Amino acid sequence: MNRFSYVRVASVAEAVREIASAPPARFIAGGTNLVDLMKYNVERPERVIDITRLPLTAIEETGEGGLRIGALVTNTEAAYDPRIESRYPLLSSAILAGASPQLRNAASVGGNLLQRTRCYYFYDVATLCNKREPGSGCPAIDGINRIHAILGASPHCIATHPSDMCVALAALEAVVRVTGPQGERNIPFQDFHRLPGGMPEIDTNLARDEIITYIDLPSKGFAQNYTYLKLRDRLSYAFALVSVAAALEMDGEQIKEARLALGGVAHKPWRDIAAEALLRGREPSAKNFAAVASKVLADAKGYGSNDFKIDLARRAIVRALSQAAARTPQSQTDKRIT
Amino acid sequence: MTTYIGTATSRADGYAKVTGAAKYAGEFDATALAHASVVASTIAKGRIARIDANEALSVRGVISVLTHQNRPRMASDDSAYKDDVAPKGSPFRPLYDDQIWFSGQPVALVVAEEAEIARFAASLVRVDYNQQAHVTHLYRQRETAFALESPTDPSQNPFAPPRPRGAAEPALAAAEMRHSGEYYVPIQHHNPMELYASTVIFESGGKLKIYDKTQGVQNVQRYVCSVLGMESDDVRVLSPYVGGAFGSGLRPQYEVVLAALAARALKRSVRLVLTRRQMYGLGYRPAMIQQIELGANASGTLDAITHEAITVTSQYEDFHRQETGWSGLLYKCANARYAHKLARLDLPTSCDMRAPSAATAVYALECAMDELAVALKLDPIELRLRCYSDRDQHSDRPYSSKSLRDCYRQGAEAFGWDQRNSEPRSMRDGAELVGWGMATGIWEALQVPITVRIVLTANGHAEVSCATSDIGTGTYTIMAQVAADMLGLPIENITIQLGDSTLPQSPVEGGSWIAASVSNGIATTSKAVREELLRLAQQMPNSPLAHATPAEVMLADGKLVSKRDGSRAVSIAEAMQHGGVERINQERSTTFEHAGPHAHNTHSAIFAEVKVDEQIGVIRVTRVVSAVAAGRILNTKTASSQIMGGVVWGIGMALHEETLIDHKFGRIMNANIAEYHVPVNADVQDVKVIFVDEPDDAINPLGIKGLGEIGIVGVASAIANAVYHATGKRVRDLPITVDKLQR
Repeated sequence: MNRFSYVRVASVAEAVREIASAPPARFIAGGTNLVDLMKYNVERPERVIDITRLPLTAIEETGEGGLRIGALVTNTEAAYDPRIESRYPLLSSAILAGASPQLRNAASVGGNLLQRTRCYYFYDVATLCNKREPGSGCPAIDGINRIHAILGASPHCIATHPSDMCVALAALEAVVRVTGPQGERNIPFQDFHRLPGGMPEIDTNLARDEIITYIDLPSKGFAQNYTYLKLRDRLSYAFALVSVAAALEMDGEQIKEARLALGGVAHKPWRDIAAEALLRGREPSAKNFAAVASKVLADAKGYGSNDFKIDLARRAIVRALSQAAARTPQSQTDKRIT
Repeated sequence: MTTYIGTATSRADGYAKVTGAAKYAGEFDATALAHASVVASTIAKGRIARIDANEALSVRGVISVLTHQNRPRMASDDSAYKDDVAPKGSPFRPLYDDQIWFSGQPVALVVAEEAEIARFAASLVRVDYNQQAHVTHLYRQRETAFALESPTDPSQNPFAPPRPRGAAEPALAAAEMRHSGEYYVPIQHHNPMELYASTVIFESGGKLKIYDKTQGVQNVQRYVCSVLGMESDDVRVLSPYVGGAFGSGLRPQYEVVLAALAARALKRSVRLVLTRRQMYGLGYRPAMIQQIELGANASGTLDAITHEAITVTSQYEDFHRQETGWSGLLYKCANARYAHKLARLDLPTSCDMRAPSAATAVYALECAMDELAVALKLDPIELRLRCYSDRDQHSDRPYSSKSLRDCYRQGAEAFGWDQRNSEPRSMRDGAELVGWGMATGIWEALQVPITVRIVLTANGHAEVSCATSDIGTGTYTIMAQVAADMLGLPIENITIQLGDSTLPQSPVEGGSWIAASVSNGIATTSKAVREELLRLAQQMPNSPLAHATPAEVMLADGKLVSKRDGSRAVSIAEAMQHGGVERINQERSTTFEHAGPHAHNTHSAIFAEVKVDEQIGVIRVTRVVSAVAAGRILNTKTASSQIMGGVVWGIGMALHEETLIDHKFGRIMNANIAEYHVPVNADVQDVKVIFVDEPDDAINPLGIKGLGEIGIVGVASAIANAVYHATGKRVRDLPITVDKLQR
């Protein structure tokens, strides 16, 4: 860990001023990822800006039937908030599928969006990594890539985004509210994270001098037909090999609207709106679900050790949609797949 | 008289551990303590061309950067680096020269006023290498692996494969049923919770008092003395508590040499705590490719076994155990042949890890036996009963005890094995396929020479000391139990001293040999104490024990009592008062004859239930029953914990554990316990431990066998066999992950 200066800010405006001024700085809230990365010398901020005292700790009604979650609400507070549990159980479930109680108690909602990939090469400064050292190369492409991306990767980076919560937020079409020197702006969740392309060092479309202040949830919460199905190498406390957030709005026997987002498969929570549209007006059936899976995975590409994820994702999509349709969401305590 | 032996006595050190009062090697303090941090190599093979420490040295608070170029003198001869349990070869010497043997090798040590400064400065040390081509892939070295010879005299190399028995190949050719299979276990790491650390306290006159994480304080003490050329009286090594080690602490690790080097160079106290990643540069369980062929009679008796293994070691030492011999030992079989090759990789030397050799070899054997049972259409327990061996076939001796039949019976009953439908994929629970598998476990019941001192004071308190370690297994507790019973005192009156190289002699704690050895050492020394007390009691006027012989008296309730007539008794206090002694100090050494008339082993039968989601392939281990025959159980509570820990580790071995190496970099990539998966709570469901009765008065007077290792042996195979029963798929390489089930 390098030497750094530390400052604690009291307002969002002050936070923006601090981050905008040189030298290279990072916000710290829960610190559950940043501190690890600093210990590994992957992140070397010269300045650490403590934002834990900012007034962003509430969950409030938006006035449009939705909820506004402050960026400093902890993962635990969000998961167990009665309004989120009843109106957005998909979000609650996804949060509880991730990390451990201790980490969720410390981690902030805003920080969850900004966690870095768990690619082994990214974490080990003795190796090469385009995300860590742009232009140095990506040894994962023909190296250990069992946990890596099958969708949207580039020849420069095949890392995945590790969050569970973000997969649910993508499916729910949340909106990320950010503040920068020019004021506030909204970023639709779908546009918040980016694909690696030629610049894998940039994870998100958040500008360097902006801060996440809130996550807005639209009124539609899919509280009846939803699931968060997470598949991993042990039954808890592991990042997803494949995870699926599925949400359906039913009109009698027919699907009125479907939402589907995947985790563990791409550099961002993976949503395929065209594939979702295949279900509109259709009945929930294995055949229809399989068609959606085929569409989502049409361009999927494996890199050797992660080839199995394509088939695993196919099965997981079908299963998750079936769980959502049957109103038997995956329990995050009982590890049996329902 | 047993009041404490065999009970569920709570850990003597439990309170200290859960309250944080128990201090570990990296937690001891000293005046002007300096802190060290290791710079580790980033290449796997080559030579150090240049080390530039200028930037590190310019950091305020940095005291020194030690490298092979400026370190204090170290021994130049291999023999100085040979610790008590070193394998054949030329041991690794940290900071010795410019040679790089493995990625993660220490190449420099930064010493600073604070740990954080040292760690930061370590990141600023620039090392240039002349890199050479490395190999870290076992399968790529398969062809160049070299065979271990089986010497005619096994004492030449007790870990070489046993000599063949009968003629395996003709017997295989003639067998009515044959099964052959290749099984693979990857490299696994110990991952003890406690990080490796040494706090070296620099005392007046240059003496070193070293708190080190180790399983053998005297082994480390001798090693430090010989490597640094120090006198025995000038080095004392302590290890009062060990936060797990599992074999990784049997040999002295490099942290102790580096910390001691720095302390001597700077003439001040130094602490070095390794990072989790650096701990992957210590030892590991060697990866193992195994080929097993079984030839059987249609009625289910074995005619032939061949077991061939290739295991991993470093370029500089030949670590191996007798991996293949387990196959010819566990089951009755007239013809057996073994072969073992070592593959050299550019990695550190492999080492012992929980049930070394048996955990891996018996995994393969027990999967092969399951496959043979399927081929023979026999219940897997029935096959094992038909191949039951009452003799150690290597040495052709009967066992002093072997209650494995009871393990099968009691384990099967507790599990409900009779409800099993033998057909794969025949049992279901909703969307999940249910699989029931079983396996046998076996381990040694070894004893080692050991010395125990007892100091009994007239107030009925005793201090029992021995330089053994408690690596979390409960040694403090069982020693106190045995001493309390042998001395007839309440357990509260017993103080245990261990983990200090100045205490009476003990070998390293490993191999499950300490419980039996130290317990019998305590019994032997207690007998000497009793005799001394009797001598004193008999000097009393009108002594009620005037004519008693030592064999006729026992110690109970703080008194020396005639076994024949309980009313004839002299209290410890009286005897000592009359004798004018304040304390009785006795020290005795015990040795054991392993070449005696009997063979000694522990056994187990493990039953596992898995549920596998048919569509997705997610495996859950929902139930495990482990029935263990390990002689007399000293403490049912700590013993159950030991076995349960072994079962949990077996679950990890079956489903989770694998050290991932990038062969381009020759480097371990999941060197942390987030990415190196071990079971978490959710992976461990219903685990039941049964101890079957196994009286054994031939092994030692107390009938103790020890059970540190047996808990893990066979567990991975029981789970692998259950996965086959559930799914109809045989996965022969561990861990069994979701992708392998899809293949």
